[in-house]
Amino acid sequence: MSESNSFVRSLTEKKYEFGFTTDVHTEIIDKGLNEDVIRLISEKKREPDWLLQFRLESYRYWLTQTQPAWGHVHLPEIDYQAISYYADPTVKKGQGSKGQEIDPELMKTFDKLGIPLEERLALSGTAVDAVMDSVSVKTTFKEKLSEKGIIFCSISEAVKNHPDLVKQYLGSVVPPKDNYFAALNSAVFSDGSFVYIPKNTRCPMELSTYFRINARNTGQFERTLIVCDEGSYVSYLEGCTAPMRDENQLHAAIVEIVVMDNAEVKYSTVQNWYPGDAEGRGGVLNLVTKRGDLRGVNSKLSWTQVETGSAITWKYPSCVLRGDNSQAEFYSVAVTNNHQEADTGTKMIHLGKNTRSTIISKGISAGHSQNSYRGLVRVGKHADGARNYSSCDSLLLGSQCGAHTFPYMDIHNNTATVEHEATTSKINEEQLFYCNQRGISTEEAVGLIVNGYAKDVINKLPMEFAVEAQKLLSVSLEGTVG
Amino acid sequence: MKSEQQYIELYQEASDLIKRKSCEVMNAVRDEAFQQFMSIGFPTRKAERYRYTDVATAFAPNYGISLAPLDVKPSLYIYTIKDAPIDVAPYYHKIADAHDPITALNAALVHDALLIHVPKNTLVEDPIVVDNWLRGTSPTMMNRRILIIMESGAEATIIINDREGQGARGEEQARLLTTQVIEVYCHDNARLDLYEIEDTTPLCSRFSNVYIHEGRDCSVKHNSITLFNGQTRNLCDVYLRGENSEVTLNGCAIGSGSQHIDNNTFIRHEVPHCTSNELYKYVVDGQSVGAFAGKILVEKDAQKTTSQETNANLCASSDARMYTQPMLEIYADDVKCAHGSTVGVMDETALFYMRQRGIPEAEARSLLKNAFMGQVIDQIKYEPLRQKLYVKVEKRFRGELEKCDDCRLCK
Amino acid sequence: MLEIKNLHAKVGDKEILKGINLTIRDGEIHALMGTNGAGKSTLSNVIVGNPAYEVTEGSIVFNGQDLLAMNTEERAHAGIFMSFQAPIEIPGVSMTNFMRSAVNARREALGKEPLKSTDFLKVMREKRKLVEIDPKLMNRSVNEGFSGGERKRNEIFQMAMLEPTFCILDETDSGLDVDALRIVAEGFNKLRTPETSAIVITHYQRLLDYIRPDFVHVLIDGQIVKTGTAELAQQIEEQGFEAYL
Repeated sequence: MSESNSFVRSLTEKKYEFGFTTDVHTEIIDKGLNEDVIRLISEKKREPDWLLQFRLESYRYWLTQTQPAWGHVHLPEIDYQAISYYADPTVKKGQGSKGQEIDPELMKTFDKLGIPLEERLALSGTAVDAVMDSVSVKTTFKEKLSEKGIIFCSISEAVKNHPDLVKQYLGSVVPPKDNYFAALNSAVFSDGSFVYIPKNTRCPMELSTYFRINARNTGQFERTLIVCDEGSYVSYLEGCTAPMRDENQLHAAIVEIVVMDNAEVKYSTVQNWYPGDAEGRGGVLNLVTKRGDLRGVNSKLSWTQVETGSAITWKYPSCVLRGDNSQAEFYSVAVTNNHQEADTGTKMIHLGKNTRSTIISKGISAGHSQNSYRGLVRVGKHADGARNYSSCDSLLLGSQCGAHTFPYMDIHNNTATVEHEATTSKINEEQLFYCNQRGISTEEAVGLIVNGYAKDVINKLPMEFAVEAQKLLSVSLEGTVG
Repeated sequence: MKSEQQYIELYQEASDLIKRKSCEVMNAVRDEAFQQFMSIGFPTRKAERYRYTDVATAFAPNYGISLAPLDVKPSLYIYTIKDAPIDVAPYYHKIADAHDPITALNAALVHDALLIHVPKNTLVEDPIVVDNWLRGTSPTMMNRRILIIMESGAEATIIINDREGQGARGEEQARLLTTQVIEVYCHDNARLDLYEIEDTTPLCSRFSNVYIHEGRDCSVKHNSITLFNGQTRNLCDVYLRGENSEVTLNGCAIGSGSQHIDNNTFIRHEVPHCTSNELYKYVVDGQSVGAFAGKILVEKDAQKTTSQETNANLCASSDARMYTQPMLEIYADDVKCAHGSTVGVMDETALFYMRQRGIPEAEARSLLKNAFMGQVIDQIKYEPLRQKLYVKVEKRFRGELEKCDDCRLCK
Repeated sequence: MLEIKNLHAKVGDKEILKGINLTIRDGEIHALMGTNGAGKSTLSNVIVGNPAYEVTEGSIVFNGQDLLAMNTEERAHAGIFMSFQAPIEIPGVSMTNFMRSAVNARREALGKEPLKSTDFLKVMREKRKLVEIDPKLMNRSVNEGFSGGERKRNEIFQMAMLEPTFCILDETDSGLDVDALRIVAEGFNKLRTPETSAIVITHYQRLLDYIRPDFVHVLIDGQIVKTGTAELAQQIEEQGFEAYL
């Protein structure tokens, strides 16, 4: 691609339509991290002692660790003492206690984000848990779901109302000592969602959590726990945005999923955190540990992610295929532009017999960004008949960006079949020409081609999300060609 | 720093002796290489390029160091470095990665080096053969160094054999450790077919680092064949530095028993219009471990790069392990790069078809393994070697290679 | 020669054969007809011992031997040959090597010396002519890049090499034009000895014009529902299977 007829131009005026801030009184605790801060968070959430001890142990372990340096990203030095670990926008000014009513500003914010919190306005068949900064603002359709025995609430609420379930499963998939950021999250996690689907229940609605970072200099430490009991099914969606700010914001989340015998979980993410500006200033550092434990026989888990935001993404939604005949899928589209860096992929750990996994990853790089797929497929010694198929394609839109593929395959069983293939290429000029000849502008043609390229993954998303994701792909790449 | 210590002490005691037995060009880099080794030590398995081989343990036993001079029959193109017909200082230890601990240790300890120099526009018809005979009655470390310089327009085939040496019958054999560094410089329009064939014993550990520089319009084929071994870790780095050059890296690895075969390759496309092809195949049986890691890096200006990397593996027993890691790191946009990697089982339908024709299962399996490897052997250009390898690979799968101590066919 | 009693077999969890009884004497040709999925291919696979099929009940006795106790290659050595419906490609294994292994394995099982290379190549040449197979195909990998007709001819060629006493022709006629069909069928007839017996699976009368069956069986839903003479095939060609469903 020569510069003269270059399709590619560094994007300077890219729009991030969710970049506004909400002017709402927010109670923010002092910056810094120590045991007192953790005690304060735990106290504010009126947590039982076992959870405080869980946090403190995690914190003490975290202190002994150093920030990991691997991955194809340039993670800046994070000053963990310059971050506030708790921000609550639901506390009424001067009262110091929570109001009964939700601040209309908050309602407006979520409306603006397209997430109505009034049930009558809800997207058809979707229940929402809306989280701003460290606190869940509202969870819709809780009552309706509870009729079926389904628990859908913020994790703070679950700690109060369903302590046994939380205690049983919290940290059972991602232990606090799993990695540096998992330890940090386990020490300071704020809010997130808790889902429990009882036996033989098909969740009648899509469950969705919407995360929003608003307050300045705060970190968000989302914690989500989904337990799908025997013979049940749930589809869960996660969306996220943040205002445009010059400094980096830290988002270090943990998502744990437990899937029992014959149960199925679909987890979809459309990640659109603020990616930083064209010069690479600001943006969210998205450092996430997501893992599903397919404990039961014939269990199924599928991760679908559309990653367009964040300055740095470091996440590997993983599956431990423990139950015999369990099946796992990972579908990912990661778009990077400007100075974004994404190092994302999955781990498929086959332990049970006749387990199957599929990995479809599509990376699209533009601007000065770096986009890496990193994945591990491990077949344990006893995982007879395990099969994996991985396909990782990268598309390059510009000569200043990079696309990388780092798959790892560790095979310890001779009845396993593992296949990996990857390609990297630029956008097909003949296709562009064909579109041009039919009167389609180059920019539009790129949008079409990229959407076509990502289709296999987008199709896995629930309808409303798929439409969103398609729009997002076009917006993210707007201005990359000209 | 436990395993390192004995080498540090060895160097401190023996460096004067080594230097006396060596020559100026090698001594010029020796102390620095030793300092480098001291500062980095042996890599742990956290080091990305050493994930699959435990180097420190391999170097832990107490080995005596061999300082025997090279036995070079006077011939065209082959010299010991002391008799080099050209100034080799601009080449020796220049393309080799000084930060690699094996390369650093080799440069510190190696006392003699072989030079293969093919002058400008010279076509060497017969292959140049280097035989390394490995046999010893006391644990010995051998450090080998080969410098290959292909002048502009030169063309040659080089075969480097690692083979089991002939010792006296009934002699008890000891463990042998080899480090090897090969530096290959191909000037513009040079053509080189380089074969490395390892057919040794379970007592042999081999750590080999090959570095290849290509100017423009060059073509290099490197074939790495591991027929029989103990523990092997081969590294091959290729730097494509002139336009319109190509490189092919092929490998074939057969593991059984408790053998360990780790191939680590890196191809760096630094300029536009180059092509790289890579095909590595493994059959791992018994409790053997196979590892393959291959990275293709395409630099920002290396437009119009074409690269294809394939790694296919057969796991033939329940205790064998296979690790594979094909990597693409791409900074240019106008490229066509692909890699594929498979770990699989034997085709049951083909097996059944053969058994229906009365071929016993064990033989059918060996035929299929043979066919699987055939794809790599087919690509060997030098006909006599290709034919010999067909026979050897077949024998290997029949389990005959282990026994064929006196078989003349293999020589 | 072959006696099948109350044979039940399944693939995976699905029972396909539901009590087959069939006796084939020396020199007899039995045609097997039936709808798709009736179990014709399953029966042939069970006879030759494909490990993908599981026999749940019943017995097969071949020349006094319990066939079900033998593995695939032992059955082949005993003289059983199947011409596959869709012969598989085996890349990298040359026809010559493949045949040499098969011929010598059988010879060894019969207590004979392996053929010397020159003798083997001579036999290859003779048999090749018999089925009019292109000698170039012998240098290729097994079935690799063979056309449909070439594959079927190659099956008959292998039959010639292995000299079986009992053959199963599993839809050997499918996908063949008239000339190819004639060559394949005539090849088979030339190779037959008075003792050779066979099961011929086909949907069409056409093949049976060349290979005259002594008996025709109609297989429906895992059971033989009707047995007759060559005329039965004629009748089915005209009227279909409706009468037996």
